[in-house]
Amino acid sequence: MANKVYARLDDIDLSFSDRVVLKNCSLDIVEGAITCIIGLSGAGKSTILRLIDGLVLPDSGHVYIGDRDLCHASQRQLYETRRKISLSFQFAALLDSMSVGENVALPLREHTKLSDGEIRRIVMDALESVGLSHTYDNLPSELSGGMLKRAGFARAIVMRPDLILYDEPTTGLDPIVTHLITDTIVQLRAKLNGTAVVISHDLQSIYMMADYVAMLFEGAIIAYGTVDEVRKSPNPLVQQFLRGSEVGPIPI
Amino acid sequence: MKILERTGGATLGFLEYTGGLFSLAGESAGFIFRFRIRFGETISQCYLLGVQSLSIVLLTSLFTGMVISLESAMQAVQFGVGNLVGGAVAYASVRELGPMLTAVVVAGRVGAAIAAELGSMVVTEQIEALRSMGLEPARFLVVPRLLAVVVMLPLLTIFADVVSIMGGAWIAQSYAHIAFDSFISSARQQIGVDDVMKGLVKAVVFGMIVALVGAYQGLSTRGGAAGVGKSTTGAVVNSIILIFIANFILSLVLFGGS
Ligand SMILES: Nc1ncnc2c1ncn2[C@@H]1O[C@H](COP(=O)(O)OP(=O)(O)OP(=O)(O)O)[C@@H](O)[C@H]1O
Ligand SMILES: [Mg+2]
Repeated sequence: MANKVYARLDDIDLSFSDRVVLKNCSLDIVEGAITCIIGLSGAGKSTILRLIDGLVLPDSGHVYIGDRDLCHASQRQLYETRRKISLSFQFAALLDSMSVGENVALPLREHTKLSDGEIRRIVMDALESVGLSHTYDNLPSELSGGMLKRAGFARAIVMRPDLILYDEPTTGLDPIVTHLITDTIVQLRAKLNGTAVVISHDLQSIYMMADYVAMLFEGAIIAYGTVDEVRKSPNPLVQQFLRGSEVGPIPI
Repeated sequence: MKILERTGGATLGFLEYTGGLFSLAGESAGFIFRFRIRFGETISQCYLLGVQSLSIVLLTSLFTGMVISLESAMQAVQFGVGNLVGGAVAYASVRELGPMLTAVVVAGRVGAAIAAELGSMVVTEQIEALRSMGLEPARFLVVPRLLAVVVMLPLLTIFADVVSIMGGAWIAQSYAHIAFDSFISSARQQIGVDDVMKGLVKAVVFGMIVALVGAYQGLSTRGGAAGVGKSTTGAVVNSIILIFIANFILSLVLFGGS
């Protein structure tokens, strides 16, 4: 089956000052599918999402969104591309000068011509889907970490973008909300036929939602395939990671 | 060798800094000329950055006018030229001290506030979130603050000029027995509308310096709360230095012939 690729990382090298984060890293994000990225803490998973969103440019290699190479795009083209992509940040990153509702409404206010009433309705829907409709008028500083995270999630889905990047959407949430969020990700994909990339440490929800799984280790993708393929991978690194065992080739 | 290296490094740092400052200025100007301005936000920044600086500007300029008057009035009376004191105070206030001191006070209050706010937005990834939503930080955050300071600083300067002259007149009257009327008429003789306007031109330039340096420092913050502290200090120190330099150049250009 020839899958259409929505985003492609092609042979990326990236270092921050002296620290090499990605080395010969290549990854295809299949259109209409949910791709989950797993890997050790600090491996560079969040960095991959930043690359796809054009927030960070690689030292060498290419990042393609469709046919557009972000490494050779103008600032204006980068901003244009970003509007079709949403990033739900690991630590929410809500603007603390606005209420939660206004935060979620912000992309709609800035990029659409919808009326205030329509915007309020869409925002309410989004907040409801993460169980936060009562926090519309609260300031971000009045919310708990998990609630902030869900508000950030609501902000990411409100524009119904082609590609949504979720950075650990369920880390630190209780099991019920985790289930709710996982469900929302799956439903959104089905409803919009959109593409998603999810970083997660939660194997249960990965098995539930992923079409493809990619494992990042020491700067490169060392395993890629469907959930079954990756679970059955003979690679001892993958096996050790999925088992969550201290014994194996991964240095601790 | 070490000295050469150091000088080279410092020069590069300076060039990078001014380059960054000018590119932020250019980017912001681009949005302003295309009228991509958030008016509501601009007005609330005018209040936040301008109106709330009024009391501290009034206080500092009042005492400045009073001290110039105190220093000059007694001497002037001794030499029998008490009728010139009003002119001296007004001259110094309107052309130099009013714009300068207002700008310095605003740099300490507003420049620091801008740097701290944007800096903490950098370290909490809020700036990255804006870019990720396709919103340019220069348009979204810098332009409203820049416009607010550029509009409010001249207004504050007018208040500062007036209060400084009034404070001067009061001290001249109570210590050197120079009549209020003669003080004011001397002031009016010494300075004209063009002096006031030139002072306001200075205020506009100083406003740009305060807002842009604050914003640039804030946006280039690296590394947590300590980084925010550094940016804030940097914003105040650098904008004050630039204000002093710009003041000299502007005095030379504007008042050079008079
Ligand atoms: N702006 C930056 N400046 C310097 N180093 C950075 C920067 N961003 C990330 N790094 C480094 O890059 C590495 C990868 O970071 P990244 O946030 O992508 O990890 P991660 O896989 O998302 O980890 P986690 O699972 O803990 O979120 C880390 O070692 C981090 O220290
Ligand atoms: Mg991360």
